[in-house]
Formats: sequence, structure tokens, C-alpha cells
Amino acid sequence: MRPIDHTIRRGQLQDLIFRVLGVSLLLLCLGTLGVLIFNLAHDGLSRLDLKFFSSFASRHADEAGIKAAWVGTALIMLVTALTAIPLGLAAGIYLEEYARKNWFTGLIEINIANLAGVPSIIYGLMALGLLVYKLNFGRSILSGGVTLAFLILPIVIVATREALRSIPQSMREAAYALGATRWQVIRHHLLPYSAGGISTGVIIALGRAIGETAPLITIGALTYIAFLPPAPFSMMDSGHRAGAFSWLMTDFTVLPIQMFNWVSMPGEDFQANAAAAGLVLMLATLGINAVAIGVRYRMRRRIKW
Amino acid sequence: MVNTPPVESLTPQPVMQPHSEPVGADAPVVHPVKAEVRNLSFYYGSFKAVKNVSLPFYEKAVTALIGPSGCGKTTLLRCFNRMHDLYPGNRYEGEIVLYPSRINIVGPAASPIEMRMRVSMVFQKPNPFPKSIFENVAYGLRLRGVGGRSELEARVEQALRGAALWEEVKDRLRDGAYGLSGGQQQRLCIARALAVEPEIVLFDEPTSALDPIATGKIEELIDDLRQRVTILIVTHNMQQASRVSDYTAFMYLGEMIEYDRTAKIFTNPSKSLTEQYISGRFG
Ligand SMILES: Nc1ncnc2c1ncn2[C@@H]1O[C@H](COP(=O)(O)OP(=O)(O)O)[C@@H](O)[C@H]1O
Ligand SMILES: [Mg+2]
Repeated sequence: MRPIDHTIRRGQLQDLIFRVLGVSLLLLCLGTLGVLIFNLAHDGLSRLDLKFFSSFASRHADEAGIKAAWVGTALIMLVTALTAIPLGLAAGIYLEEYARKNWFTGLIEINIANLAGVPSIIYGLMALGLLVYKLNFGRSILSGGVTLAFLILPIVIVATREALRSIPQSMREAAYALGATRWQVIRHHLLPYSAGGISTGVIIALGRAIGETAPLITIGALTYIAFLPPAPFSMMDSGHRAGAFSWLMTDFTVLPIQMFNWVSMPGEDFQANAAAAGLVLMLATLGINAVAIGVRYRMRRRIKW
Repeated sequence: MVNTPPVESLTPQPVMQPHSEPVGADAPVVHPVKAEVRNLSFYYGSFKAVKNVSLPFYEKAVTALIGPSGCGKTTLLRCFNRMHDLYPGNRYEGEIVLYPSRINIVGPAASPIEMRMRVSMVFQKPNPFPKSIFENVAYGLRLRGVGGRSELEARVEQALRGAALWEEVKDRLRDGAYGLSGGQQQRLCIARALAVEPEIVLFDEPTSALDPIATGKIEELIDDLRQRVTILIVTHNMQQASRVSDYTAFMYLGEMIEYDRTAKIFTNPSKSLTEQYISGRFG
């Protein structure tokens, strides 16, 4: 055998080893996820019907549902998105396109990176002091939504900056050379071209927020709740008409807290409820991530440099 | 051989009115001055990239800037549309006077946005926006407040015809610009620059990313455009400079070594440095 054959054979062997290793690790990850979903489905699927979504929590496991929890989760996510997206976009755009690079912006940059790593319960403590007590928002949907917005703000800022940075400088110069102002360059070019990257980042951040429990428990989210926030302008029990934003100031619970509550109850039946709630949460998260992938795919196809 | 006049004699006197020169039937074509660079220096921070350069640019003529890589051609070109203002630490010294308005392009009184609206630029690498062919050409017009559908369409067509691209794209104006070939993309960028009817068009090595056939088309185009607009072209390619330009400036290490009619520079340069460069002995 010639020495060259030996070298080639060795290279091919390394190739094979790496391939086998890669595929097995991939299968391990996918397998874990599969087992997790299967497990939840096995325990909880029998509970998952329309009634489960339309019933409040109850002392009787088979009558209990996630009505308050999923509505709470949806409203909290709405508040979180409406707070985090404009703030994060504005901060990202400012840092990337307006701010001069100096020690001060450097400091801000390092802080944002650090904020992304702060444990979520710390955000809960800050929100308890600032939102619940100082600003008197109470343990409301507003407090909860804003708390989670703080939590994902760094992710949104970083995603915005990355997306802006991936736009070639030649695009900015092309627009400036035609006489565009900074804001016109941002509005007509940078935002449309980075929309895919930014929305992917935002959606993934929301996917993280939807499962957060600790900071919401810290600010005093309820575990048992048997009413929905008042719809805007609806008639309330007190006889008054609700304001457009009354729902913001009501108590709430969310899916992971409801699930945690059921897990800590004695009895098989409540465990089935917990599994069913977990399944809903899991599917919501996977759904959100699927949307993110879809958005990214569509934008990639639309824009290439 | 009579001594040729020094460069200075080609530089217009500030007192003369560039637009009122009588042109007799048998007089040689005299181009009025469109812009005049006077003692211009440019600094990237503390690095002086353009050193005390003076030269005229004649209206409806093509002036080529040649010189080895890094000699400051791009830097000089980008002074004309104040591109350097986009980055911190850059500084201009001296003047670029634009005629007939006599505004100093690099002076504090001139607005960079206005200068960019009056002086268009075509870049080294084709850089169309990831939008439709139509939107690419229409964008500059939209920035200038041209809104009517029919006017936009007419002016886009006119610009695309001017850039010798209309026949190739007229049936797919709504398609993305990135479906075009490199040469077509560059002509689209030229159309985008022309659509706004600029006073000057700057070309920074517009063919360096293109194949010979696409390069030939762009050169033909520049040859046509000289009837309509003042052109400054930076080029690495000496043949290109001699083919397309009326006047040539040779730069070296940030300084303007020689400026003259292109025919003169390429047949009988006054400076030995110029002669060495055009004969390919360095660069
Ligand atoms: N943004 C910049 N910052 C600092 N120096 C620069 C910058 N751009 C170019 N230079 C320097 O200025 C000189 C002239 O560059 P340039 O105008 O690009 O040359 P050319 O176009 O003739 O090749 C070079 O020495 C280059 O390194
Ligand atoms: Mg250059």
C-alpha cells in the first residue's frame, strides 16, 4: 500500500467517526425532546379537551381547567411584546446607528451583555420593588408584562444590533449618496432589511418569556384565580363599566404557575392536569419557534446581497 | 517641440465667468468649469490622505483620476458628495467650488444632504438596494418628493434608457434587482444615480468588479453620458482612462502630480513620475 493511500484512508476514517458522533448526539437531543413530549402527552392528553381551556381552576381535578392561566399568559405576552419591542428596537437602533463609539457606549454595551445573563428571579425582585410598590402597579398584568419585558429587553437589543450589523455598509452608503437622512436610511432600508433578523430574535425572546415562572411568583402572581380580566368597556360585577385598560390592573396567573400549582397537589388526577398544561405550554413554545423559523426563511429568500 | 503650458494655465481663473465664454464656430471646444478644487486637503483623523490638491473639472467632460492603489483617488472623489461626513474624525481643508452657484462643497455653509442631492455617486461594487428594479431607480426621486405615479414611471424609464438598461429590464421592472447580472446591476446603479438629474456623477472604479464585456458596455455608457453631465471617474485601468476621459489627473501619495488633457498625459507627460506610472513601471 502506498503511503498516500494510508493518508487518505485515515482521513476517511476521521470523517466517519465525526459523522457517527454527530448523528448520535443529534439523535440524543431529539430523543430527549421526543420522550419529554411523549411523556406529557401520555399523562395529559386525556385531559386535553375544549372544557380544559374553558374552565377555571378547581378543587376537583376533573373539573379544573386553564382558562385563567392561558388568558393570563396571552395578555402578559401582549404587554411584554408591546413594551420590549419598541424599547429594544429603539435602544438597538440608537446604539448601532446613532451613538458614537466611546467609553460610555462601551460601558452600556458591556452592561447589556451582562443583563442578558442576570438570573430571572433578580428581575422579579427589582420589579417587586419598582413596579409593584414604587409605581403602585400592584401584582397586576401590567407589572407582570413589564417585568418580563425587562427580562427579554437585552435579547431584543442584541438581536436588533446583530440584524443591523449584518447589513452591508454599502447599502447605507448607497442610500446616503442619494441624499437620504439618517432616519430615512433607517426607515427605508435598515429596518426593512433587518426585519427578518429582528423578528426572529423578538419571537425567540418571547418564547423564553412565556415559560418564565420565578419573576412572576416574586411579584405576587396568584396561583388560584377564578375570573378573567374585564374586557374593555364591559359591565363589571360592581355595576361600573370597565375602562379600556382596566384589564391591565387585574390580578393574574400564567400557565407555568398553574402547572406548578397542580404538580405540587397530591393525587394522580392533578398530575394529569399538570401534564396537560405542560403540553399546552410546550406546544405554544414550539409553535412560537416555528413561526420564528418561518419568518427567517421567508426573509432570507426575499433579501440577498 | 514647444514647451507645453504648465498645469496652472489650465486652471481657470476665479474671476472668469465659467458660463459666459464665447465659443466661436471654429474655436476648439471649450468646456466651462463645473467645479474647482482649490488647495484641498483631507484628513482621516490625523492621517492626511489628500494633500493640498488643486484642479478644475470641466462641465460635460470626463475627468479621470489615476494613480497607484492608496494614493487618495477614492478619498478625493468622496469629498465631492461629503461622504466623509458619515464617519467621525474626518476633516476637510480648502475648497471645492461648484459652479455656477459658487458654493463651497466642503465648506461649513454647504449641507451634506444637499450636496449629495446635486452630486451622484456610482460605487466600486454594484450596490443596488434589495428592492425591485423600479424602486431602485425611483428611490432618489422619492427622496426629492417626486410622488406622482406617471411622473415616476416616466423618469425611471428615462433613467434606465440613459443607462442603456431599459430594453433588458422593461418587462421585469417589478423583479428584484439582485436577479440581474453584475454588469446590469452596475448599470442599474448608474440609472439610479442619473434619475435625479445630478450636476456631477462620481464613478469610483465602476468596472473593477466586472468582466470585460460588461466593462465595455459601461465605458460606452460613460462616453454617451459626457454629453449630458460632468463626470469624475476613478480608475485603476490606464487604458480605461485614455479611452473614456477628456482630462486626466495623476495622483501619487495624496498629491496631485500632473493634470492635463488626457491625450497629452498619455502621449507626452511633463513629469517623469507620470511617465513611469503610465508606462507601467510601478503601481
Ligand atoms: N477610512 C479610512 N481611515 C483611515 N485611512 C484611510 C481610510 N480610507 C482610506 N485610508 C487611507 O487613505 C489613503 C488613500 O486611500 P484611498 O483614497 O482609498 O486610495 P485609492 O482610492 O487611491 O486606492 C490610503 O493610504 C488609505 O490607507
Ligand atoms: Mg479606491
